[in-house]
Amino acid sequence: MTLSFKGWSSMQHPSAVLRRRLGRAGPFVAAALVTVVLVVTTLTSAEPPGAASARELLNGRQLRIMAPASPGGGWDQTAREMQTALRDLVGRTEVYNVGGAGGTVGLSQYTRLAGQPTELMVMGLVMVGAIESNDSPVTLTATTPLARLTTDYEVIVVAKDSPVATMEDLAAQMRRDLGSVSIAGGSAGGVETILAGLVARAVGGDPAKTNYIAHSGGGEALSTVLSGRATAAVSGVSELAPQIRAGNIRALAVSSPQRLPALPDVPTLRESGVDVELENWRAVVAPAGISEQERRTLQDLVVQMTRSQAWAETLQRRGWLDATLAGPEFDAFVAAEQRRIAQVLNEMGIG
Amino acid sequence: MEQLQSLLQGFGDALTPANLVWAFIGVTIGTAVGVLPGIGPALTVAMLLPTTFRLEPASALIMFAGIYYGGMYGGSTTSILLNTPGETASMMSALEGNKMARSGRAAAALATAAIGSFVAGTIGTLGLTFVAPFVADFALNFGPPEYVALMAVAFVTVAALLGPNLVKGFASLAIGLTVGLVGIDAQTGQPRLSFGVPAMLDGIEVVILVVALFALGETFGHLLAGTGRATVEPVRGRAVLSRADLRRSWPAWLRGTALGFPIGSLPAGGADVPTFLSYSVERRLSKHKDEFGKGAIEGLAGPEAANNAAAAGVLVPLLTIGLPTSATAAVILTAFQSYGLQPGPQLFSESGPLVWTLLASLYIGNLMLLVLNLPLVKMWARMLTIPAYSIYAGVLVFATLGTFAAGGTTTDLLLLYLLGLLGLLMRLADVPVAPAVIAMILGPLAEQQLRRALSISEGDPSILLSGPINIVLWSVVVLALFLPPTLAVLRRRRRSAAPAGAGR
Repeated sequence: MTLSFKGWSSMQHPSAVLRRRLGRAGPFVAAALVTVVLVVTTLTSAEPPGAASARELLNGRQLRIMAPASPGGGWDQTAREMQTALRDLVGRTEVYNVGGAGGTVGLSQYTRLAGQPTELMVMGLVMVGAIESNDSPVTLTATTPLARLTTDYEVIVVAKDSPVATMEDLAAQMRRDLGSVSIAGGSAGGVETILAGLVARAVGGDPAKTNYIAHSGGGEALSTVLSGRATAAVSGVSELAPQIRAGNIRALAVSSPQRLPALPDVPTLRESGVDVELENWRAVVAPAGISEQERRTLQDLVVQMTRSQAWAETLQRRGWLDATLAGPEFDAFVAAEQRRIAQVLNEMGIG
Repeated sequence: MEQLQSLLQGFGDALTPANLVWAFIGVTIGTAVGVLPGIGPALTVAMLLPTTFRLEPASALIMFAGIYYGGMYGGSTTSILLNTPGETASMMSALEGNKMARSGRAAAALATAAIGSFVAGTIGTLGLTFVAPFVADFALNFGPPEYVALMAVAFVTVAALLGPNLVKGFASLAIGLTVGLVGIDAQTGQPRLSFGVPAMLDGIEVVILVVALFALGETFGHLLAGTGRATVEPVRGRAVLSRADLRRSWPAWLRGTALGFPIGSLPAGGADVPTFLSYSVERRLSKHKDEFGKGAIEGLAGPEAANNAAAAGVLVPLLTIGLPTSATAAVILTAFQSYGLQPGPQLFSESGPLVWTLLASLYIGNLMLLVLNLPLVKMWARMLTIPAYSIYAGVLVFATLGTFAAGGTTTDLLLLYLLGLLGLLMRLADVPVAPAVIAMILGPLAEQQLRRALSISEGDPSILLSGPINIVLWSVVVLALFLPPTLAVLRRRRRSAAPAGAGR
């Protein structure tokens, strides 16, 4: 306990000193002082139990989190927000990026870390899809699931002057001629592809005939629908909500089970007669081959983190929805998602 | 002028001593990462973002603006002095800039790059301040068919870069197109030419090809020829930029800006395409065509300006419609959001003061870069007095470090050196390397946009000619292909009709 306390404070002090040296102006010195005071008060307050055993597990080593994507994306943001939230629990953690191929490049590198409990990785639905669509030789068996963290739902939008008024219209048009409805979204095999395929199947079409136009990112997909060339676009709610509120695009439906607080006027797909639900969940995993006790400790730490004030602020600031789920329920959830996604991607001819 | 008043207010907020220190730190870091190949501004901002949460939003944004513009400056310095572009957008600067440096005009090359970047950056930022909404409205009309036409324009204009021997030029193009194919196909999710290597699934980074063909190819060449001891006269003459240089540079700066800002503003525009176009335009308009390939100053001034104007242009869709169109823009968007700023149509009305502070800090960062870089031009140029073998040792270290830092896999390093050997072979066979890089950038863009367009139209090719923008762009393609030969024929006829006329 005392040992870890020392490690903790020696980590905080140099940065405070550095900050004092860097900023000659008064406000920064004040900020540094406030930080030190905050740190001291945090330390004297009650110690959370999950953090203590996690620190025992780490035994002075640093926790490392892999974001299997380039800087700026959702996984990178999740990893970096975890870094901030974990600071109060286990001190400094390191985040590094291994981008590429929906996370499968990072995943294949992650398999080399088997049995090392200090190595975490952020992942999510996109990785499940990418493993399927890239025929990745490495699958999720190379990981030990810890907990689901957040979720973001998808929204289907059209340009503001589009003749398509409602989701019912779009579904009717898809029923008439599936190929004539072009749907812009992110990379092939990603969440948007999966949603397009699920919707096509729900309206009675052949998922293989879905006219899905892949883009390198949500921004590019949005610009294709804004140019009036694509019929509709699919992207994450947190990404598109500002554009919808600004009136640049019209939202037809969201992929959540209930209407979302961020877009209270937008019906769900179910309400519009399309029996589809899809969430873009993000989770954190550990390498395969760690002991049951190590798994439990890491899981407790992550769950502890999701209950922290810092994490609550993160969810608020990013517009992410809390989706904490751990233990056997999470294992079952991942297995069910794998089955459902493999099926629809195979039907689309992408798997 | 309401905007002017807000901007002045922004300057008031940005010009505090503490903020100037942050701007200084930002441009210094930015220049340093621009020098390192592979580590771009995107990665730097992403890494620094968590450390800035305790800063005031204005200070952090000012630092990021410094990094952003600083990265653009740093890339050109190594291009010119060492023929090692730090990022793809400064590749064209290496073509003429390095030739200038070799012939003792390094200082002039660095100066025209620095001033050109400043001029373009300032005009670009002015554009961002005053016409951004109109530019964004226009840019939104660009869908896949329009991009296909734009790529066609780029392809026909860069044909001038193929060099004197067309077969060798096309060989280089073919190499670039092939390397560009590697990785998962975006439309179907199927891997192409990746040979089961996971690290190649996401394709080969363009910057690896650039560094390999330019820097490593040249280094290996020196190694083979044993020419490593030669040094170059760093500065000839007294003036950094002679009057003649200036007269040839400024129209190129303005033309480069005129190409860079609008194309950079397009949602899929980027900073590479305008530099290619600018180089071709300068080459075509120049009165000193014979100097091209040997160190023509306008061939450096134009692309440098285009590069920086495009950097400002990228911020147009980001600020006005919240569309991040490059990796760096995506990271900057994250930075905005973490300070509660939501880029988009309401940005100016909802978080006005901070936006104007950011805009003001772009002007400040730009000016600071010029003030820092211009006096240092002669010092940088003196770097050339270091014997070539130690410079190339440094190039190898930086190229390797940068590539590893960006990708983090040993496969990237292997690829770098394999492509470097390819670069050596191309050099020995006298095959130009620039077309390969251009093909690798334009090829995949053109392919994806064409397939998107045809997918939208369900296979009907007439979509490529629909709409006024397409018709204009394809007319440019036709003109670029047929106008020069037609003019040449006409000129020859006129000459043969009037043989007595004072011909050339």
